[in-house]
Amino acid sequence: MAEDSGLTETGGVAVPGPVPPSPGALAAQDARRVHPRPHTGSAPVIRTRRLTKRYGDLIAVDRLDLEVHRGEIFGLLGPNGAGKTTTILMLLGLSEPSDGDVSVVGLDPTRNPLGVKRRVGYLPDNAGFYGSMTGRQNLRYTARLNRLRGESAEAQIDDVLAQVGLTDRADTRVDTYSRGMRQRLGIADALVKDPDVLILDEPTIAIDPIGVAEMLELMRQLVRERGMALLLASHLLDQVQSVCDRVGIFSAGRLIALGTVEELANRYGDRQASVTVGVEAGPDVDGPRIAEAFAALPEIAAVERDGAVPGELAWDLRVGQGVAEAQARRAILRVVLEQGLLLTRLTRAAPSLEQVYRRAVAQRSGLASTPSPAQPVDRGRRSSPRKGGRGGSSSSRGSAGRGTSGRRRRT
Amino acid sequence: MSRAIELPPIEDEEAARPRWSERLAALAGMGTGWRTIAAKELSDNILNVRFYVLLAIVGLAAIGTVYFSSQGLKDAAQSVGEQARQYTGQAPLFLLLFTVTGNPLPFPFFSLISFVLPLIGIAFGFDAINGERAEGTLPRLLAQPIHRDDVVNGKFAAGLAVIALILASVTAFVAGFGIFRLGIVPSSDEVARIVAWVIVSIVFVAFWLAFAMLCSVAIRRSSTAALVAVGVWLVFSLFFNLIAGLVAGVFAGGSSDSLDSLTQRLQELSPITLYQEATQALLNPAVRTVGVLLPSQQDQLSSAAPSFLSLDQSLLVVWPQAVALIALTVVCFAVAYVLFMRQEVRA
Repeated sequence: MAEDSGLTETGGVAVPGPVPPSPGALAAQDARRVHPRPHTGSAPVIRTRRLTKRYGDLIAVDRLDLEVHRGEIFGLLGPNGAGKTTTILMLLGLSEPSDGDVSVVGLDPTRNPLGVKRRVGYLPDNAGFYGSMTGRQNLRYTARLNRLRGESAEAQIDDVLAQVGLTDRADTRVDTYSRGMRQRLGIADALVKDPDVLILDEPTIAIDPIGVAEMLELMRQLVRERGMALLLASHLLDQVQSVCDRVGIFSAGRLIALGTVEELANRYGDRQASVTVGVEAGPDVDGPRIAEAFAALPEIAAVERDGAVPGELAWDLRVGQGVAEAQARRAILRVVLEQGLLLTRLTRAAPSLEQVYRRAVAQRSGLASTPSPAQPVDRGRRSSPRKGGRGGSSSSRGSAGRGTSGRRRRT
Repeated sequence: MSRAIELPPIEDEEAARPRWSERLAALAGMGTGWRTIAAKELSDNILNVRFYVLLAIVGLAAIGTVYFSSQGLKDAAQSVGEQARQYTGQAPLFLLLFTVTGNPLPFPFFSLISFVLPLIGIAFGFDAINGERAEGTLPRLLAQPIHRDDVVNGKFAAGLAVIALILASVTAFVAGFGIFRLGIVPSSDEVARIVAWVIVSIVFVAFWLAFAMLCSVAIRRSSTAALVAVGVWLVFSLFFNLIAGLVAGVFAGGSSDSLDSLTQRLQELSPITLYQEATQALLNPAVRTVGVLLPSQQDQLSSAAPSFLSLDQSLLVVWPQAVALIALTVVCFAVAYVLFMRQEVRA
């Protein structure tokens, strides 16, 4: 049975069977049965099987198979309205699935929503608080709704307030809080019940870069110290990619890719490495001329300006087809020396998740429109869009973006 | 291969065996969730400016009406005294304080209350659910281990408790005014009548609270919900009798008797009419009948000796009105409830 083939895979990202009888069919299948890597130890705390949500004709979530384990940060990534929030609401039993199974901490949220909600902390997108109450009072209310009272509850509240760094402002009214403080209070709110699973919907939105870094560190710490599972939904791919153990990329209700960031980068990123080179800027350093010099190198396929570090000029250089990275590096260094420049860095540029995302969407949409065997999805190697990071087949990508935004609900 | 696909069923021991506390709560038909919400809403309501504004308005209006009523009390007392000579039973002097119209003010205390009660109900209900939605607190609230109906129940209970507090304190104030300033001491029957009237008033305000909460569930913007609720109140209080007359004119045959009775029947669809009828019967023991009478009842009435009714007799008179009010409240609440249960959580 063709459907089974994927299940025997043990690798991280599902790869079509070794001898695909019909690549098109397999690829289509692959779209919805991407399998998580088997995690050491416990059973998954979140598991969905063929989870589907329909609103009339609109399919908000399409046969989602997902597993999240204890001690893992899972990133559910995708643009606004890809179905992330709908999925989360179904995990919490706040929305009933049209089809498929969900299990969260071993319970079925549809039949036992209270049991699930008792053990899952949830920070909704745009979480609001009662402005006339203080931060502490808001948390106390949540604690009471979770049947936590008295000394232990107060201790827990103090604890989570300290954890998100709001101790100083805990006793001022929430309507004096900044957006970032509200967001942090939201995380504290999700933590008050000491959950086994934490679900955060767009946790880094509206937070300044330093705040984001702090928040990501907090998430790492929570997972490390409390061993909880963390499901993170975000459309800010680059912000959260550093913190996620695994990511699932969501588009128009379907999970189009799943694996570690590295795996996805290998699969959907450039096959050819990119190198970032930075030189110290100065009055007699002529940026455009240097870029030309790099571009003139036979080892380099493309040059793109990068970075905005003050006092530095930097470029992303894509290594040409069939050229070893080391060889390209030597050529770059030669140019730097010849020009008498001061090198500030020469590093390998990781393909960004955003790039991965675009590529995955482009492939997927190409596949959806023309399910021909000419476009197998494996390895992302042979698919057409491969011009630079942002190049790609802009037509298909564009149509995917527009199509999805038109069809979906807001998340 | 077939072995590989046999994942264990999504189920576990905990789902099969719900905790005992949950079972007990389910048996009792309630959890603690609504009480937590009610407690929070109650303190919100009492700390809110809205509470003090309403209390001040109702209090001042009550002082005004009662002050001027007491001026007209002498005449009224005389007429009641004359009535008492013809009637058997005790003359209700103390109740006059609630029902007599004073000189510069056109209405007595009870009609002031019947006028403002719907507004108070609307004021405490119109933003119950959509307010939470607008603030973004609803998804967070519903993500806690509570049932969704706990939200509606808790808010309804808290709103009703606060309104009952306002109503009871104002009524107690008026009664105290009567006792201390005018030196009239109420009989036990009169006290019981006032209590019964307060209870019917609470049912009446519960209807408006439930209706306003229905608006707050169905309408996303709280300002629109408030407008709709107030609009409906205006229709019922100002135009409903007119509409009832028109409709009755269309459907009734030629006879004026049937026209009148149909008009009255239609008017009784309005909670305001129901409440006014109940108020009349409760606060005036001389009132022997309210609403539509069957021909047999009319015969009985004309043959009966005139007397002041005792409380239990008056209660029998207002029983249909009270039940109808409760039924209307339950309908409103149930519709609000069902709508809310079926709504999507997200905005």
